[in-house]
Amino acid sequence: MNLTSETLSAFAASWGSIYFALMFFAAVAYALWPSKKSLFDRASRMPLSED
Amino acid sequence: MALALLSAAFALGALIVAAKAYTPEYAFHAYIFAAAGVAGVFAVVNRYYNREAETPQLIEGKPNYNFGPIKFATLAAVFWGVAGFTVGLVIALQLAYPFLNFDLPWTSFGRLRPLHTSAVIFAFGGNVLLATSFYVVQRTCQARLAGDLSPWFVVLGYNLFIVIAGTGYLLGITEGKEYAEPEWYADLWLTIVWVVYLLVFLTTLWKRKEPHIYVANWFYLAFIVTIAVLHLGNNATIPVSIFSPKSYIVWSGVQDAMIQWWYGHNAVGFFLTAGFLAIMYYFIPKRADKPVYSYRLSIIHFWALIFMYIWAGPHHLHYTALPDWAQTLGMTFSIMLWMPSWGGMINGLMTLSGAWDKLRTDPVLRMMVVSVAFYGMSTFEGPMMSIKAVNSLSHYTDWTIGHVHSGALGWVGYVSFGAIYCLVPWLWKKKELYSLKLVNWHFWLSTIGIVFYITSMWVAGIMQGLMWRAYTALGFLEYSFIETTEALHPMYVIRALGGALFVLGALVMVYNIYMTIRSPRTALMGSQASLAPGE
Repeated sequence: MNLTSETLSAFAASWGSIYFALMFFAAVAYALWPSKKSLFDRASRMPLSED
Repeated sequence: MALALLSAAFALGALIVAAKAYTPEYAFHAYIFAAAGVAGVFAVVNRYYNREAETPQLIEGKPNYNFGPIKFATLAAVFWGVAGFTVGLVIALQLAYPFLNFDLPWTSFGRLRPLHTSAVIFAFGGNVLLATSFYVVQRTCQARLAGDLSPWFVVLGYNLFIVIAGTGYLLGITEGKEYAEPEWYADLWLTIVWVVYLLVFLTTLWKRKEPHIYVANWFYLAFIVTIAVLHLGNNATIPVSIFSPKSYIVWSGVQDAMIQWWYGHNAVGFFLTAGFLAIMYYFIPKRADKPVYSYRLSIIHFWALIFMYIWAGPHHLHYTALPDWAQTLGMTFSIMLWMPSWGGMINGLMTLSGAWDKLRTDPVLRMMVVSVAFYGMSTFEGPMMSIKAVNSLSHYTDWTIGHVHSGALGWVGYVSFGAIYCLVPWLWKKKELYSLKLVNWHFWLSTIGIVFYITSMWVAGIMQGLMWRAYTALGFLEYSFIETTEALHPMYVIRALGGALFVLGALVMVYNIYMTIRSPRTALMGSQASLAPGE
């Protein structure tokens, strides 16, 4: 296969954006995951609860 | 000892370069580097002979925090802040009264302007970020800062970079690229300092007691990593000779312009936004004594900013040789940035729910909350200005200057002042600030200053844009360029007045901080002094 600017940009515009979108949704899923509630509640108090 | 030898070799190398330098300005910089190398030898040897057996990681079961480098960076931030604001006032006056250029190359607007931008962004803002990041990472990880010499190397090395860059502009050494003016040798030095900074930060995270990494540290880490990538990408230059300050970039034409504004916009996004959002996520909950409003929102805020900011750069190059699709992409992502920016603003403001009364009694908290309000305002204005139709009016006018200053003075400035007012009593182990009344004075002086500044620049910018595009009935341009310049004079005077008030406010802060550190009134009682063991 001939590696040109066009093939690279076509790859970035298709697979690249799908990959980025999936990564982003994974991050959002992590943030909204129900069982993480207690972890995040504790984390939100971290600046207050130090020594 | 190897470090001392390395430092000596560096000094010797710099001396050789100084002796053979093509220009006296470059030789001057090489001598500064040589002097820094010699000072480095003395510092390392001195530290070696005065070392304790081993620095304890814990004192009485509490982490033995390292505050020395943080104190230095805090004071450096205050010093560079006043210097940078003052130079800004000078150039504002130069625009209103051009004779203030004094017809000298070193004091001309073209050389002072990058001195102003770098002094406020990199010297003031950079030292605030160094100080707060080293403080926050220690406190939220409950671990002493990693390394002994390396944190000192980071703060001192960074300030050496500032001196080299700043004196370079005055002497006419510049790459001529906005926010990336320093030449190749200063860039190389910054690269070394930055890698050490990243390593110190990562190693401290590695030592943490808490399994979860607090969200402020995510923002700091994103800031450190992204600035490294941007710095390397936009400074891929080849020097003419090791004996010459001049270098040429490997990119050419529109690619160079695109990389410059990919750099420039993300310097705003990751230096002036991500880093200072980290300050917001630590200092506002701490000062308000309230948990973060929504930790989940803070995580989404983080990832949305990371994924979107990096694409917004092309909006600086609307209607240029840049391909249309790239301009539209930049505009689209800029508008999408509204959501994470306002999500973050709401998260910062709502952290005060249940504690709004503190705004009345605590001017430090008020400063930080107003800063978040300015963050919301300028992140509304920015995407609006990135819309091509708006940009055709606003671009190249003073509207842009007004926008930048509502972000810089309002958001970055206020959140930094708030963090400094919090940090100084904590670091020097004082009961409280010398005077909250003076903080209140600082707040109102600079708020009125900012209002003068941004309103005059809105009027100036929109007037300028409309005058440039006005046609006569016969289809000729109605105004010559000099007529638009003349019309701006009153707005420039008002802007300088606003700047003067802002400088005045900063001087009030200097006095307050000096008195907090020196005055016996703020001293802790003997028994309380051991509450937060330091150094």
